[in-house]
Amino acid sequence: MPFPADYKYTKEHEWLKADGKAATIGITSYAQDSLGDIVFVDLPKVGTELDAGKTFGSVESVKAVSDLYAPASGTVTEVNGELATAPEKINKDAHSAWMIKIALKNPGDLNSLLSAADYEKFVAEEGGH
Amino acid sequence: MSKHMTRKATRHVNQNEGLIFEKSSPGKAAWKLPPLDVPEVDASKILGSSERKTLGNMPEVSEIEIIRHFTRMSTWNYAIDLGMYPLGSCTMKYNPRVNEVVSRLEGIANGHPYQPEKISQGALRIIKTLSDCLTEITGMDAITLQPAAGAHGELTGLLMVRAFHDAKGKPRKKVLIPDSAHGTNPATAAMVGYAIENLKSNASGIVDTGMLEAQMNEDVAALMLTNPNTLGVFEQEIHKIADILHAKGGLLYMDGANMNALVGKVRPGDFGVDLMHLNLHKTFSTPHGGGGPGSGPVAIKKFLEPFLPKPVLKSKSDGTLGFDYERPQSIGRVRSFYGNFGMFVRALAYILANGPDGLRQTTEDAVLNANYIRKGLEGTYDLPYKSPSMHEVVFSDKLQAKKGVRTMDVAKRLIDYGFHPYTTAFPLIVPGAMMIEPTESESMEELDLFIEAMKSIADEVDEDAEIVRTAPHSTRVARLDETAAARNPVLRWKPQAESPKPKA
Amino acid sequence: MRYLPKSPADREAMLKSMGARSIDDLFKSIPDEYRLNRDLKVPRQMAESEIVDWFRVRSRENGDGHATFLGAGAYSHYRPVIIDSLISRGEFLTAYTPYQAEISQGTLQSIFEFQTMICELTGMEVANASMYDGSTAAAEAVMMAVRLTGRRSVVMARSVHPEYREVLATYAFHQGMPLATVPFSETGRLDAKAVEGAITADTACLLIQSPNFFGTIEDVEALAEIAHRKGAMLVVSIAEAVSLGIVEPPRAADIIAMEAQSFGVPLTFGGPYCGVIATREAYVRQMPGRLVGQTTDRSGKRGFVLTLATREQHIRREKATSNICTNQALVALMTNIFMTIYGKVGLKELARQNLAKTAYAAQQFGKQATVLFGGAPRFNEFVVRTSEDPYAINSRLLGHKIVGGLPLKKFYPELGNASLWCCTELTTRSTIDTAVGVVAESEGSENSTADEATVEEVAK
Repeated sequence: MPFPADYKYTKEHEWLKADGKAATIGITSYAQDSLGDIVFVDLPKVGTELDAGKTFGSVESVKAVSDLYAPASGTVTEVNGELATAPEKINKDAHSAWMIKIALKNPGDLNSLLSAADYEKFVAEEGGH
Repeated sequence: MSKHMTRKATRHVNQNEGLIFEKSSPGKAAWKLPPLDVPEVDASKILGSSERKTLGNMPEVSEIEIIRHFTRMSTWNYAIDLGMYPLGSCTMKYNPRVNEVVSRLEGIANGHPYQPEKISQGALRIIKTLSDCLTEITGMDAITLQPAAGAHGELTGLLMVRAFHDAKGKPRKKVLIPDSAHGTNPATAAMVGYAIENLKSNASGIVDTGMLEAQMNEDVAALMLTNPNTLGVFEQEIHKIADILHAKGGLLYMDGANMNALVGKVRPGDFGVDLMHLNLHKTFSTPHGGGGPGSGPVAIKKFLEPFLPKPVLKSKSDGTLGFDYERPQSIGRVRSFYGNFGMFVRALAYILANGPDGLRQTTEDAVLNANYIRKGLEGTYDLPYKSPSMHEVVFSDKLQAKKGVRTMDVAKRLIDYGFHPYTTAFPLIVPGAMMIEPTESESMEELDLFIEAMKSIADEVDEDAEIVRTAPHSTRVARLDETAAARNPVLRWKPQAESPKPKA
Repeated sequence: MRYLPKSPADREAMLKSMGARSIDDLFKSIPDEYRLNRDLKVPRQMAESEIVDWFRVRSRENGDGHATFLGAGAYSHYRPVIIDSLISRGEFLTAYTPYQAEISQGTLQSIFEFQTMICELTGMEVANASMYDGSTAAAEAVMMAVRLTGRRSVVMARSVHPEYREVLATYAFHQGMPLATVPFSETGRLDAKAVEGAITADTACLLIQSPNFFGTIEDVEALAEIAHRKGAMLVVSIAEAVSLGIVEPPRAADIIAMEAQSFGVPLTFGGPYCGVIATREAYVRQMPGRLVGQTTDRSGKRGFVLTLATREQHIRREKATSNICTNQALVALMTNIFMTIYGKVGLKELARQNLAKTAYAAQQFGKQATVLFGGAPRFNEFVVRTSEDPYAINSRLLGHKIVGGLPLKKFYPELGNASLWCCTELTTRSTIDTAVGVVAESEGSENSTADEATVEEVAK
């Protein structure tokens, strides 16, 4: 499962793509595969303050719901409205179905995130359980 | 199709039936009211702008259409009356019919909750007798019958726990819940405003008293425990568990969902439980009715009495019964009136039909049946925990998963064999769980058919896994698209113009 | 024991197959010190005839054969016989929760119809598959409004059923939800000025009941306007479901919390009843309780499933919208059949008869005593104030095998010697006339006052 090299990752299976002081966030293809068919995504409103490591929403499949954890602190600047009517876009291509865009509060937060290689290793270990 | 024969069930012609609205047409009626014996009224004069303009798409059909409508639909359901439900922790036992008859006796069925106490002695006597029986069965001191279901009982219990700690001037913040617990436990704790702390089970699937000791402190209000636990295993160290809690001022709450393993053999009040709820619709035979109603009485030790929901039943000096509303420390009401009284009648009738011998024999048969199934299926399915089972046994799909077949698939294939599936969704500590509770209501014949079916399915997994993975094959509808149902919920019928008519 | 399908030989054979010597071997995991070594002290085993006799005596001790004027959240309506014929079918009575949709289509389709009819009657877009009762439905609806608005406090009308308010107080206390109560006016309706003053920027919702506890129909539009203008939701509780046949439903409400007991559920001394929550589609994900949705199987055949389960306890656990698991399914089925029997025309006729009986009774009582709250339309309940203590009047009525109206002193002491009377299609003219006669014994016709309005003057 290739994970885009220019993204960063969390152990809760979110990805973050940094672009200077802004970042785009979504969940990984591994996450969508574990969840199954996604039926609903609960996302915060524009302007919401996020704290790194705290939940900012949730994603639901038929039989499960998973919290979404903020990879970094910041303010929500944009929300992907398409996911409200077509949550299946995440199943189709999780790495391009972005959920929110934020203005980063501490660019230093990115240092504690995993690289694509580290995330791939982490996922391989987890999948072995 | 499979070459395996199913002995329990056969396909048969089965009636179709659409939605009642699809049969409706103006002028049909199933009702007739007697003529008015008082003057007619002009509704528009009395109600003015509050008068209703239209009743929209409410149906108009005749009586026989209604009889056929519901009768046909009923034939699409599985039910206890048709066969075993191996559902773990649900205790799907026989629903005795005399229970239905007595609950329909006029004074009982038509009793208004606010009628004067003088003509309510019958209902109050029923409440008293049931209360006495249940406190005796549980080994507790007092009880409230007000909660309408198990989860409601949990809420009531935790509210009393909260009131108890508040009264001491030392409110606490959290509740400990084992990871094997039923989902209502944490949901309830959250509703009462407690934080939930997970208690990991040990390698045998029971409470790790070492961990409990480490996690127990003066911030913990209570431990919510199910005993036997959701693996069907009795918590042998229960007294130690109670001691650890009590030593730091915490309370032991027991989820009584699994009482069917204990009635007449042991009493929770005797092994340190402070308060517990019962499920009358599980242990005490009241019917599930497609999802309810239930009843979740909460039995308590004496020190919690001041906090009981009000009103509380009392015996008056003249020998009559009444309700006591003077309860300054009560947690208040958890619902209107007195509880699901109709279920009290049924549960009491069940207790009277059994007596002490019947109740004990029932528990023994329940445990016997579960162990018979365990013996029959050991080796065919993986048994993750080897501790002795009481009234339920939990297998896992580990062996079948190697062929890409999961517990839900086996469960669905069981339908083709004429059974309702076992519990697949929990306990969460067993991935791929198959939680089986036969109850005492199953004969050896029915148990043998079940074991045979499960063995046959295991063979099918080896020979033709696909047939199991795509089951069921013999039902009116195949597996339904739950994803579409959740993505674009259609939660009501709409008239033709607004929605396309699907294949019926 | 006759419910147990095993012979002694069966038990022996089963034990042998497990290598167990006796049943005691299977209970070894229970430590000796707790094992019960005596019989439970419950009544001895009874024959079926004895059980029926025991309950028959209880039935007689419970006022069988009395006529009643009691309402107050539990209503005495006729139950068409086919309700019991159908719900007594084992496939409905003894079926489990429809988690396994393929073998529960009977239950699921009937719940789908129930949800539809509740929507039609209440004017809402979605309805759930039942809550425990009207009181808990109201409490859960309020908590829903709190979640949806993100606000904390609640304003409730004093004319909401007192026990519903008690239940809400219990639920609210531990959720940090401040509750404020607004009074009713002399018309019987909620005091709109008081509502205006009570709703703040922190108010999640206004909770009212219509027809209210006194039988009076609230001015829902006006109250909705006030609430909405201030960013609060309007939650409307409906305790007398039959009113929906002729009274316009509160279409301006955001959430309706109903009690459907009137639709064919026997009184049974207070339960089981049938609460329901109905609301707008936009709020469905915050709605507690089970929901049935329509879908198709892989061959395109229509079928029904429990859906949006991620709101519920078995998945969401501590983040669930509620802890509710078991609901009131069989009772909801009774109401479903009732609504189907009466249907579009019958429900209106039924409500009209209730209206007529009550109008007659209020008029007759008004000649002997004071009928309060004449300033607003009412459905099938009214409040009578007498000079004599209502308990004494009711004592005399019992002699005629009539249960009189509910004395209100314990709930509304400021109303003095007031009692709440309900007339339904089952209340006969002769029962009304007899009751009025008994009241007249202590009141006499000089006691009617200007508070009484004739039936025709009440409409706006």
